[in-house]
Amino acid sequence: MTADPAHIDYVTRLGDNALVLGQRLAEWCGHGPVLEEDLALTNIALDLIGQARLLLAHAGALEGRGRNEDELAFQRDEPDFRNWTLMELPNGVGKHDDYAITITRNFLAGALHKLLWQALSQSSDPELAAIAARATKEAGAHWRHASEWMVRLGDGTELSHQRMQAALDRLWPYTEEFWTPDPIEKAVAAAGIGVATASLRPAWDATVDEVLARATLVRPRASEFRSTGKLGSHSEHLGFLLAEMQSLARQHPGASW
Amino acid sequence: MSPLSGDSNTLPSATESVAEARAESVAAARAAAGAVTDPEIPVLTLADLGILRDVRFDGERLQVTLTPTYTGCPATQVIEQDVRDALAAQGWPDAQVRTSLSPPWSTDWISEQGREKLRAYGIAPPGPVSREHVPVRLTGLARIARETAPAGPACPRCTSQRVERLAEHGSTACKALYRCLACREPFDYFKPY
Repeated sequence: MTADPAHIDYVTRLGDNALVLGQRLAEWCGHGPVLEEDLALTNIALDLIGQARLLLAHAGALEGRGRNEDELAFQRDEPDFRNWTLMELPNGVGKHDDYAITITRNFLAGALHKLLWQALSQSSDPELAAIAARATKEAGAHWRHASEWMVRLGDGTELSHQRMQAALDRLWPYTEEFWTPDPIEKAVAAAGIGVATASLRPAWDATVDEVLARATLVRPRASEFRSTGKLGSHSEHLGFLLAEMQSLARQHPGASW
Repeated sequence: MSPLSGDSNTLPSATESVAEARAESVAAARAAAGAVTDPEIPVLTLADLGILRDVRFDGERLQVTLTPTYTGCPATQVIEQDVRDALAAQGWPDAQVRTSLSPPWSTDWISEQGREKLRAYGIAPPGPVSREHVPVRLTGLARIARETAPAGPACPRCTSQRVERLAEHGSTACKALYRCLACREPFDYFKPY
């Protein structure tokens, strides 16, 4: 059975967001600033990759062409990925990993994921609703981790504050993509399968502002920049991420152990 | 031949005994699958964890339904294979193991016996899952431990409630690392989920 293309695309977006952020966080494995944080980030990555697996398996089933989650994760090319651009940005600037960037991204995306999974647990697609009900539990813990660090580092030393503000200023423009309406989201929202993300914005603003205030960080001004990852048009960073993530699967297609 | 045309005395009892044999098989299969242990916390069985959702016959084929614990739990596939192996050893080589995501598993489903086993193994069992978000203030690790776990786990070694959280992410995805302030021993806490 082939589902409506908007339905497939929407579930693919959710799966790709989880997969690409999971891959970015997994890059910290063995490189965390302290052991506890190394474990925290890799545990969060594990949750996200688990969510991606369920979501992409579901997208493959909806598509009805016999592609499983591994094929979708490892055999698709860059323009077929539907994640927000925010998710694919490197963990730092240039070659230097930056914990401020990593945590701030988890915070900005995590605040939305928490609300999104809650809303999607009422989806008219029962499989998506079941995945969302599970993801809600995990998203709450991920967001708590990120917001604790936002406050600790934002309201920390002069240097940590400065670096958190710089990370926030750098990433904030990419959050505009969350709210940009498009035909796919409109179609799934009308069918009760998905939600219009813009409807979650007041709750997201309130959640984010409350933590930023405690973190003594200043909310950046809105920008005109619009990233377009969810439409398949990505930054230069996704290709490198996929090259690394997919290399083993592409060298040994169909391999199993 | 219509079943009703048979001897009215023997037929119902034959049907009953078939149904009884079926029920016995289901009970035996449930016991075999339920006795499989968790690969990461080997003192717990699947029955203790509460992840064995259903055992039934689909025609002649045995069908077992499990619910995964954490979405990304690496033990899930090992558990499925272990259940298949356990059932094959009991004479059901073609048992089908399905997973069901809904309703989502919760640590509230861990049995009393399971909680006792965890404690004896040195892991503080999970407290009840709180439905509301507990806001966290950041004025030191001990403070966080108190506020995110209001009841607080008791030390599985000396039962003291005077404990502090060292790290929210411990030796596996489902556990946090705590320290007892009374006996000074570190211990794992199975996080409410």
